[in-house]
Amino acid sequence: MDSRRRDVLKAGGGLGIWSLLAVAGIVSPARAQDARNVAAFEATTLDEALQALGARDAAESGAIRIVAPDVAEDGRAVAISVSSEIPRTEQIVILIEENPWKVAASFRLSGAMAPAIQTRVKMARSTRVHALVKAEGRLFAARREVTVTVGGCGT
Amino acid sequence: MSAPTRIRATLKEGATELRMLFSHPMENGLRKDAEGQRIPAHFIMEVSVRRNGEIVLAADFGPSISTNPYLAFSIAGGAAGDEIVVSWRDNRGETRSDTIRVA
Repeated sequence: MDSRRRDVLKAGGGLGIWSLLAVAGIVSPARAQDARNVAAFEATTLDEALQALGARDAAESGAIRIVAPDVAEDGRAVAISVSSEIPRTEQIVILIEENPWKVAASFRLSGAMAPAIQTRVKMARSTRVHALVKAEGRLFAARREVTVTVGGCGT
Repeated sequence: MSAPTRIRATLKEGATELRMLFSHPMENGLRKDAEGQRIPAHFIMEVSVRRNGEIVLAADFGPSISTNPYLAFSIAGGAAGDEIVVSWRDNRGETRSDTIRVA
C-alpha cells in the first residue's frame, strides 16, 4: 500500500469514498459506479426506486432472509435484519415500500464481511419490506410484510 | 459538534462482530416542530467502516433509517489490537470519525 492510498482512505471519511478513489486512479470507473445511487434514494415510488436500482426484473430468491417483527408497536424504530446465502453477495439494499422515500439503505460489502446486516428503520405505516441482493452483477429480491401499530415518519 | 459513535467489537469464532450506534437525528424533512415549523432534513448519507485501513463496509443511508442509527454485522478474521474506524457524512456535509481497538 503506498502512502497516497493511505491519504485517500483518510480523506474518504469526509467525501464520496469510491469517487475519491476513482479520482485518484485507485479503483476502476466500474467500481466508482458503486457511489450513491441518487436516483434510487430520491425515488418516491417503488417503481422508480426499482428502476433506478435496475431491479425490476430481480429474481425472487429464497436464499435471502428478512427478519423483522410481524407486528411493530413503534414505527420509529423497527429492528430488521437481512442475510443472504447467495454466493458472492456484494450489495444489500433495503426498501420500505410505504415510506415517503423507498430506499432505506444500501450496503456495499467487502469480501471480508459476512452477508448479513442488522439495523433499525422507520415505517410510516404497515408496509412491505423489500431486500435486494446483488451477486456477480445479478439482482435477487425478497419481500416481507410488517404491520405497524403507530407510524414513525410523522409530519 | 456531533456525539461519538459507540462501537463494540467482539472476537468470536474466527470473526469480529461489530455493533455500532451513531448519534444523529436522522430528520427526513417532513416532520414539524411544536410551532408547526417544518424541521429541515438532516440525516447521515454515507458510512464507512474500516479495519486496519481497509474498507470492510460502505453504506448509503436514506432518511428511513431510525434516529440514532444502529448497525451490526460480522467480518471474517481479526485479532486483538485491530483498529476499527467508523466514519459518516451527513446531508449538511458534517462528518465524524471514531476509532476503537479490538480488545
